[in-house]
Amino acid sequence: MKDAPGTRDYDWWLLAILATICALGVLEIYSATKGSSLAGMHMKQVRWLLIGFVLMFALSRLDYHLILDQAPILYLIGLASLAAVLLVGHTHFGAKRWISVPVLGELVQVSELVKLIIIIVLARFFAEVRTDELDLRDLIKAGILVGIPLVLILKQPDLGTALVLMPMLAVGAFLAGLKWQHAAVFSLAGVLLVGAVFYPPVSRHLLKPYQRDRITSFLHPEEDAKGSGYQLLQSKIAVGSGGFWGKGFGNGSQNQLGYIPVRYSDFIMSAWAEEQGFKGVLLALGLYMALLLRLVQNAQRAKDRAGMFLVMGVAAALGFHVLVNVAMVIGAMPVTGIPLPLMSYGGSATLFVFLAIGLVMNVRLRRFVN
Amino acid sequence: MSYWFRNDNRLPQGRLAVASYIIVGMIGVLLLGFWKLQVIDADKYTSMAERNRVREIPVIAPRGRMLDRDGRVLVDNRPAFSILLLRENPVLVEKYLPGIAEGLSLSIEDLREQLTNTKSLPKFQPIIIKPEASVADIAFIESHHSDIPVLEMISVSRRRYLPNGFLAHAVGYVGEVSEQQIEASNGKLRMGDFAGKFGLERQYNDILMGTDGKRRVIVNSIGKEVGPLPTQESIPGKQIQLTIDYDLQQMAEQSLGPRPGAVVALNPRTGEVLAMASHPSMDPNDFAVRISAEEWKNLNEDRQKPMLNRAIQAQLAPGSVFKIVTATAMLEDKVPPESFTTFCPGYATFYGRQFKCWVYGKSSHGVVGLHKAILESCDIFFYNVGMRLGIDRLSYYGSKLGIGHKTGIDLPSEEQGLMPSAEWVERVFHRKWYAGETISVSTGQGAVTTTPLQLARMIGGIAMGGVFKQPHLLKDAPNVGEERFALSEPTVEKITDAMYGVVNEEGGTARSIRLPGIEVSGKSGTAQVIGYATRDRVGKQKQFEDNAWFVGYAPRRNPEIVVSVLVQESGKHGGEAAGPVVRDVIKAYYDKKNKKTQGQYTTENKSDAPKKVPAPVAAIAPRAALKPESNSARVSSEGEQE
Repeated sequence: MKDAPGTRDYDWWLLAILATICALGVLEIYSATKGSSLAGMHMKQVRWLLIGFVLMFALSRLDYHLILDQAPILYLIGLASLAAVLLVGHTHFGAKRWISVPVLGELVQVSELVKLIIIIVLARFFAEVRTDELDLRDLIKAGILVGIPLVLILKQPDLGTALVLMPMLAVGAFLAGLKWQHAAVFSLAGVLLVGAVFYPPVSRHLLKPYQRDRITSFLHPEEDAKGSGYQLLQSKIAVGSGGFWGKGFGNGSQNQLGYIPVRYSDFIMSAWAEEQGFKGVLLALGLYMALLLRLVQNAQRAKDRAGMFLVMGVAAALGFHVLVNVAMVIGAMPVTGIPLPLMSYGGSATLFVFLAIGLVMNVRLRRFVN
Repeated sequence: MSYWFRNDNRLPQGRLAVASYIIVGMIGVLLLGFWKLQVIDADKYTSMAERNRVREIPVIAPRGRMLDRDGRVLVDNRPAFSILLLRENPVLVEKYLPGIAEGLSLSIEDLREQLTNTKSLPKFQPIIIKPEASVADIAFIESHHSDIPVLEMISVSRRRYLPNGFLAHAVGYVGEVSEQQIEASNGKLRMGDFAGKFGLERQYNDILMGTDGKRRVIVNSIGKEVGPLPTQESIPGKQIQLTIDYDLQQMAEQSLGPRPGAVVALNPRTGEVLAMASHPSMDPNDFAVRISAEEWKNLNEDRQKPMLNRAIQAQLAPGSVFKIVTATAMLEDKVPPESFTTFCPGYATFYGRQFKCWVYGKSSHGVVGLHKAILESCDIFFYNVGMRLGIDRLSYYGSKLGIGHKTGIDLPSEEQGLMPSAEWVERVFHRKWYAGETISVSTGQGAVTTTPLQLARMIGGIAMGGVFKQPHLLKDAPNVGEERFALSEPTVEKITDAMYGVVNEEGGTARSIRLPGIEVSGKSGTAQVIGYATRDRVGKQKQFEDNAWFVGYAPRRNPEIVVSVLVQESGKHGGEAAGPVVRDVIKAYYDKKNKKTQGQYTTENKSDAPKKVPAPVAAIAPRAALKPESNSARVSSEGEQE
């Protein structure tokens, strides 16, 4: 097998879109934190972005088939690190999600790494399915493969990340030839589960108190005096008061006076929408759409099914992040703690996105190779 | 290399295309969400963002003062501090609530309850958690101003009334506005505002109350002030000047003393109320902050009824004062003729029932004509007159002279009394009038009830020849109403002569209140609270003692002052118990007037220099003065007196 990717084989369009979204993020992090005790945070984000770019190029050099070969080991590493987090992890904001990695000198959120591993494991699993249609046994196997880490992540507890695993599974199964009947049954089960989460007598047994509070405050934001209902309302006020043209860079009162919760991270879209208005939202969401469509296009041109599953796993994860985060910012979904890829401040999350894009590049670079 | 991927390039292009459509659809739906917030509802969220950003702290406008007719201060304000809780950010409120409760020694349950009760109010509107901050509270606020951002202290002005319930009922009091008042005010009043609740405070609330201003600051999400905005200044309320004369009021309060009752002094020429007292009194200073529910209950359930303004709200039988109505009806209708006399043996029988004269058992009045009947207040004479007049004539004259009608004084909750009539029993009791009832009514007993103010207006108006000025407390009030009920000159002359006789002639019931050089006139009344028969049954008890009335005025024709006094449960005759109060007030009026005339009197208010005093009115006014046209001209020329 020859490895001959040249620089012109990189997806420069994808990189351009990526870089633009990152630039918007850095700008807004600057605006959201300037003059506060968090000032300078945008530079830390730039550092993460640079590390991310390097990792992305590094990962793209290594043939993805080699990576897929190691899927079982990666899977075990993933489970082991999740277990380690539960045993020795650092607790921040009431959840054990972080583990210290001596080399980086920072706390790393293990579940971000696990997301990447699950994308690889699922790609490997579905690529091995030889039939055109996915039968029930394979579907259940895939479910178990995802289920074990999902339960461990829920234990942290981190509902948001756990939820991200679902669309990866769903998209993979769909592309592997999920039967319409199965799809219907699982959609129904999904709807029932969501219904249960929103129905207090049942959710009492399923969710942690803080999660139930978030659901309640999402359904009745005005009644929630102290928690996330207030956050959602403040986010909506920020977005709505931005109007069509926005209040201007650095001029959003909701942003600058700190009414938007975690305005540099999970709610960065809220700060962006306030200062840049609907026109800015159009630009940002347009870029995200271009990014996702570009990923699908790369999947369509992949050399083999394994490559396609890898790329689409990445697309599923990023698409779900964008959907859940942005819907939360406009008050259409409860607070879940899912950041906006590439714009939100955060080391682990940023590295995850770049590594995932690295996989995509990897597939692209080898599309003409056989 | 593993086997698993070889030659497997079966890509599900159809399903990948579906994925692209889903992506486009998803972004489209999210954009619709932003369109709704940022374009359709932009205005709503813009104003919400503005309210977040801007904190408004009320700047309370002081209420206007009340001055007496000479410019002396009757009601003013004292500075105080109120503590507000800013509720814009519920997260912060929740966080600091325990500390606030402890620091201000409030119960946290009460605070929570207050927060729950005010949930429906806009969040940006602070609530008052401590209307009157103590020195310790102020120290607490000042030392924690930077670390408890949800507290704010504002300076307010509290009402200061004269002590010991002086003029309390007329002045009234303020209190926190009720929900009905807020609704009726078209947004002018807000929860926690103070407004007049009773008396003049309520009547002239719109004048007295100013417009609160706002101090506006920019605050960040943790409630810290980060910058100022232009302040909207408050507009203080306007002061009002009353017709009350502090000196006369002082005399009225003092002379009535601890006895339950009321005093009203009017100038019948203008309708100005010179004094108005009601005892027992209450201290409106107690309500100037916030009164506890229990205290309030006690005040309202007190059997002595300290909250009642007896001058305008006590509706009681006028007793013999009503004989002036009977006498007026007799003289005007000539039924029976003026020369009518009767013999009083101390009792008489009408319609098979025995009616007593007040002298029954002690003496008798002998042969009695109208003049003597008024002087000595002979019941038997008026029983006979009443029987001949009948209830229709009595109730016509009573009603025309103001009984059963509000005087229209500028105070809320005035009562109207009752002038019974055949039509009234028909309507209320669905029966015919009993002729025997007329006998009681003719001497002011039975169902007839009046207020002290009504009697002052009535007696003053009769002495004015049938001109009834609307009583009022606001000095220089525009459009003072006037009612005219033309009485013939001989009628007025005979009745005023008789009332002069009550005080100044041999046999009069109020001889003891004569004043040298002043033509004090009037009529006494002693009204039974219960019938003679009931009294015999229950024995002598304080609450069933007779009510004593005296309505006096001076001079005998076209009086410049009329004083109506009620002393409840006195157990004494009207002339004895109420008469001296009338004398004291009239004497105080003339003492002051004479001092002024001699240039010795100066008021406390420097800007209000002594005014031109009109020439004393002739002791007996010329006949012409009683004619309506010239009468009104004379009254207006005397406008300078004010």
